[in-house]
Amino acid sequence: MPRVWKFGDAINTDDILPGKYAPFMVGEDRFHTYAFAHLRPEFASGFRPGDILVCGRNTGLGSSREYAPEALRKLGLRAIIAKSYARIFYRNLVNLGIVPFEAPEVVDALEDGDEVELDLERGVLRHGPDTFQLTPPPDFLLEALKEGSILDYYRKYGRFPGEGRGG
Amino acid sequence: MGLTLAEKILSQRAGREVRAGELVVVEVDQVMVVDSIAGSFFKRLEQLGATPRFPEKVAIVIDHVAPAANVEVAKAQKEIREWGNRHGCRVFDVGRGICHQVLVEEGLARPGGIVLGSDSHSTTYGGIACFGTGMGATDIALAAASGRTWLRVPETVKVTFKGRLAPGTTAKDAALEMVRVLTADGATYMSVEIHLVDGAESLTRSQRLTLANLTVEAGAKCGLVVPSGEILELYEIPDWLYPDPDATYAKEVEIDLAALTPRISVPFYVDNVEEVARVKGKRVDQVFVGTCTNGRLDDLHEVAAILKGRKVAPGVRMLVIPASSQVLEAAAADGTLLTLLQAGATIGTPGCGPCMGRHQGVLAPGEVCVSTSNRNFRGRMGAADAEIYLASPRVAAASAVAGYITTPEELEVGRA
Repeated sequence: MPRVWKFGDAINTDDILPGKYAPFMVGEDRFHTYAFAHLRPEFASGFRPGDILVCGRNTGLGSSREYAPEALRKLGLRAIIAKSYARIFYRNLVNLGIVPFEAPEVVDALEDGDEVELDLERGVLRHGPDTFQLTPPPDFLLEALKEGSILDYYRKYGRFPGEGRGG
Repeated sequence: MGLTLAEKILSQRAGREVRAGELVVVEVDQVMVVDSIAGSFFKRLEQLGATPRFPEKVAIVIDHVAPAANVEVAKAQKEIREWGNRHGCRVFDVGRGICHQVLVEEGLARPGGIVLGSDSHSTTYGGIACFGTGMGATDIALAAASGRTWLRVPETVKVTFKGRLAPGTTAKDAALEMVRVLTADGATYMSVEIHLVDGAESLTRSQRLTLANLTVEAGAKCGLVVPSGEILELYEIPDWLYPDPDATYAKEVEIDLAALTPRISVPFYVDNVEEVARVKGKRVDQVFVGTCTNGRLDDLHEVAAILKGRKVAPGVRMLVIPASSQVLEAAAADGTLLTLLQAGATIGTPGCGPCMGRHQGVLAPGEVCVSTSNRNFRGRMGAADAEIYLASPRVAAASAVAGYITTPEELEVGRA
């Protein structure tokens, strides 16, 4: 069963992927193996596809480096539940097809190592006997996510979601 | 009900009045790509099956690891040059300088314009009232392919700086104070609109760029300084490029520059700002003057004024990395470099230097660095437990001379 990797407030992109391990420094095939190298060295080898990240406030602040969430995506991350997000990181998550749920009370209810089941599309999280209904992302983002990512959406339609329909 | 400066710029571009909360798709003037994400950018364009729609609106700057530090980087930068040639996009090569400084110097960032940068400190362009904002590789690739981007029109925090800077303080101290007051997520998703009044209008372009640069450390989407003073002489400012007096703000903050004292950001968070006096005496291993925050000519002048006739303390490494080739050339021409060198500083290639811990001054475990840069996150400049203190060029220079964190004023006291 997927597990929770829990982090605190203000996890920044230098925590997620230190600059010296950027793909253009260490190679496209290796950079993701350095995810959380300083903070939790066991993370990259222990993370299983489908596991979720649970974070506090201002998640992903700092650098615009998309290769930070990309490293997590490469390890198999599809969803984060956080109290709040930094702006660029939020866009990057959506663009990479990682669903950014915002749910402070759920963050408080989960511990590191907890086993959970998450229905991404419905936003339903099961945790032992508890079930949480998460607020799905706004329509604009859902539309993009339905096609996989914003890249897939643009390639298919040649426009951004919502564009050309009432301006 | 009036419009904020961010609403003005986005309304002008959208061709209709837009307000905070709306999603808009707007044309962008310039898409800025840095070397460290260029590979991802090329890959995303390939995935899209697209090439830049307006090649003249795409600029790639080789600054984050310049010159190349290893073979992987050298290969990546070779690809940048070839790609730029193939697609007719500008490439600013090793030594030209830091992306944000270069785009301002080259006139590619203009008042009232919209610039997307693949670097979070793209808020810097707001110093000249240009809507600059940072995005990741995918957004940047989409903007290059389409010539457009989607944005949520941001709410605005109004920050008013009033009065003249107190003696011994700088725009960096003002910027750090702003981040302290707003906190690291106090302006998330928002525009920080900076008003300079009661003497603060005299802040120069360079100082305004420093203020706008640090707004992202409060989470801002953009940091727009309302045009005044020197900006009115340097640029033609259109009549519409001012916020309305009755604009709506989510929050308003006032900072009195005349009451400011030297500030320092203490590890490991940028908004962890203290008075320098609180951490005075902390031993220093390395001092770094440079970056998009404080690597301009006036910053180097401040440092030279303090280092003149003095020496960097034994055991301290003093690195000065000008923000651009123009800054370096001017500092060479006016004798600033000689002063720095005579004091024992060393000069690096214009670029980002060791700011993100990749080369040219990486920190060992337990080391302490006073830096004029903008981030002091854990592990940012090297070892996970190395400490980065963010301060003004004045405080950096004084600390280099003392060998511990201090101010130029304290140095004078020590001398007497």
